[in-house]
Amino acid sequence: MIRKHRLPGAWLGTRGLRRKHRRRPRGLIALSLLGTTIAATPLLYIVVRVKEAGWSAAAVTLSHPTTLPLLARSLGLAIVVTVASVFIGVVSAWLVVSARFRGRGLFAVVAPLPLAVPSYVAAYAWVSAFPGMEGFWAAALVLTLCCYPYVYLPVAAALARADPGIDEVSRSLGAGRWRTFAQLKLPYLRPAIASGALLVSLYVVSDFGAVSVLRVTTFTRAIFTALDLGFDRTTAVVLSTVLIAITTVLVLGEALIRGRHHGGLTPVQRNARRVRLGVGAVPAGVFMIALVTLAIATPAASIAYWTVRGATRSVPWPDIVEAARGSLMVSAVGAGLTVLLALPIGVLAARHRGTLPRLLERITWMSHALPGVVVGLSLVFLSVNVVYPLYQSTSMLAVGYAVLFLPLAVGAIRAAASHSPLVLEETARALGKRPSTVFATVTLPLAGPGVAAAALLVFLTCMKELPVTLLLRPTELETLATSLWSQTTVAAYASAAPFAAALVLLSAIPTYVLSRRIGSLDNVGL
Amino acid sequence: MSRKFRPRSVVRLSSACLALILATVLTACGSNDSAAGDGEITVYSGRAKELVEPLIEKFERESGTKVKVRYGETAAMAGQLLEEGDKTKADVFLAQDAGALGAVANKGLFSRLPDEVLRQVPEQYRGSGNAWVGVTGRARVIAFNPGAVSESELPESIFDITDPKWKGRVGIAPTNASFQSFVTAMRLTEGDGRTKKFLADLRANDVQIREKNGVILDDVDAGRLDLGLINHYYWYEKQAEVGEGKVKAKLRFLKNGDAGALVNVSGVGILKQSSSDSDARDFVSYLLSKEGQRYFAEQTYEYPLTDEVPPANGLPSIDELNPPDIDLDDLNSLQQTIAMIRDSGLTS
Repeated sequence: MIRKHRLPGAWLGTRGLRRKHRRRPRGLIALSLLGTTIAATPLLYIVVRVKEAGWSAAAVTLSHPTTLPLLARSLGLAIVVTVASVFIGVVSAWLVVSARFRGRGLFAVVAPLPLAVPSYVAAYAWVSAFPGMEGFWAAALVLTLCCYPYVYLPVAAALARADPGIDEVSRSLGAGRWRTFAQLKLPYLRPAIASGALLVSLYVVSDFGAVSVLRVTTFTRAIFTALDLGFDRTTAVVLSTVLIAITTVLVLGEALIRGRHHGGLTPVQRNARRVRLGVGAVPAGVFMIALVTLAIATPAASIAYWTVRGATRSVPWPDIVEAARGSLMVSAVGAGLTVLLALPIGVLAARHRGTLPRLLERITWMSHALPGVVVGLSLVFLSVNVVYPLYQSTSMLAVGYAVLFLPLAVGAIRAAASHSPLVLEETARALGKRPSTVFATVTLPLAGPGVAAAALLVFLTCMKELPVTLLLRPTELETLATSLWSQTTVAAYASAAPFAAALVLLSAIPTYVLSRRIGSLDNVGL
Repeated sequence: MSRKFRPRSVVRLSSACLALILATVLTACGSNDSAAGDGEITVYSGRAKELVEPLIEKFERESGTKVKVRYGETAAMAGQLLEEGDKTKADVFLAQDAGALGAVANKGLFSRLPDEVLRQVPEQYRGSGNAWVGVTGRARVIAFNPGAVSESELPESIFDITDPKWKGRVGIAPTNASFQSFVTAMRLTEGDGRTKKFLADLRANDVQIREKNGVILDDVDAGRLDLGLINHYYWYEKQAEVGEGKVKAKLRFLKNGDAGALVNVSGVGILKQSSSDSDARDFVSYLLSKEGQRYFAEQTYEYPLTDEVPPANGLPSIDELNPPDIDLDDLNSLQQTIAMIRDSGLTS
């Protein structure tokens, strides 16, 4: 039985079609539940611990006079960094994808590279270069320089996909370049900007590394301090509930900003003509030089300086190689599991409307902004009590990574799946192919690059992760992040630097591949 | 014709997941259960790898026992042990400070240590109920910059640093465990009222906040601070890094029995499940042996706690230090200390 009536819908645009797409995708939902449940385990742990402490004790902790200022500082930092990252991310994405100038190819390679630098490494690099640097604005600067690629990548990808015809029509109708950008491009970029901004704001809210090095007491830092000072799990856990509330608000806010979903546009067959910068070349040049100096050159120079200084002693090559192998192994397993769990959720979110798919997707965000140490302890709790044989195994660590980074993968997969035109699938269906065949032969190949991007992004993030790795890794397994940490606890920049260098260099490879995907580099013949 | 949703890829994915999980369950099952005296122990170390690994390797060579070490933050590891309860994989917990050991001991997770181990260490440096024993001592000191402060004007008591003449010149690390133990010691010896006032006076005296002891020392050395409250061994570590005679900052030991003269310890305990594990006991004994104690004296510049080994060159002997008379186990009663430091506004 072929649904002939569906075919005409394809010519009317995708929205009408999707409305008819009512069949409950039971298999997808069941598989999505697996990932969602895993991502929600820290919530369960938090409920158990808060209940144990008693609701009134929790209320006392939360109503403490310092709670509000902490909250204000965390949110303030998140807002400043997000706004700055959106500005830098959009401008540099536009320059790389849509403008024409010398050195564009180089800038395209360099712009996303800060993604390879963990925020604590960047902060250390800055502090060791400029001792005494600290406070809110220092943290805002360092975090912005670490985070803007989260906006840059999706925006650049969206720009590269955009249909140049729309711009051309607008221009031919007499609209100026700026008006075309503001009224056509920006709304088109809105979903990409919103998803990037969400990632940045949650990153800032949950960041511990940079704020502790730069001495800004944010909510997350207070949670770590409660643990450090008092081995006080209860306060830490109670405070974490506030982070979950913040996350909920931000996730819902993103959905509002993103607006109606614009999926399913025809893929563009040609590239737009790039804009000559003209007079604008001067500010653009200043912008790029400043960005590259601050975001890449400064941390790189600092790490290089300390590595060379430390090289007068012996460089522990075997340790570095072993730690690198550990990092690559756990990150690969982590990325693999995360993408596997994210796949059904991403496809579900892209292909099906309704409360349940949306709810499932949003739940994956809930643990993303929790401090790593809380996620780590909750998985210790889970594995000790439920799956003891998995405790302190690589797979449990991979589960930890999945809990933290599932939304990164879901976002990338959802974007990829929603940009592979539904028309093709519907046509295949109309020709009598079964849904499973369509999925395997049409949807998956189209979404393949997106899935790869998701894997790279998660892999990269796992490389940089520390607190969960410390708590869940198999005993005796060292990664670059844990080695770096153990070097810095004895406060030796010089002996930590080679590990930092290895970590940044290794993370730069997936970052580079990730940026190539956008297509922006291919066009300049790199 | 059936229209049932039956995606093959879905089945493939779920079987892949299942296979992954099964494979790891199977590989994980066979390992890691160290039985008594089987020549292998697992140590949770809250002390940094760089500090203890050489000694642990030496123990492995000499005893033939394989030691699996899990390194982590002392506080997070205490949290981990509390979550694990009696299902822990650890035989031994080696911790950076008494508070963490106290927190684990409080939950009854340690076994009582054998007498021959306990006998080596003075009672003041052991946990109550002999659940854990100190391995090294860490003295609170005041670092000062001799270019800005002469020895004669140095504080005699820790309470002197709230004097207006030190306004804006003193550095502390209030989020650091060592500072927090010091405040707890003050609460125990002077009472909450006086401690609260001390913290408020510090704040009013524009005390300078730093993240870590090492940063305080760097700033005192560079003349950015005149005084700083730190632990003694940071000075020796700095000297080892920059070279003899190149550290300008000097140390003042208060030696007057107040909280500023606190000697905290790093220590070790054996988990309950491993009470009969002779390898774990051998390991603890080795830490307290002449060899182990000398290693700490020479490599980490901490105070040996057995009387067989003298401290590093230039340090006053531990008997001279005259620390406050408190039960180190009480350093684990931290809730009020945290609240007090937080309420003082020093941490935010």
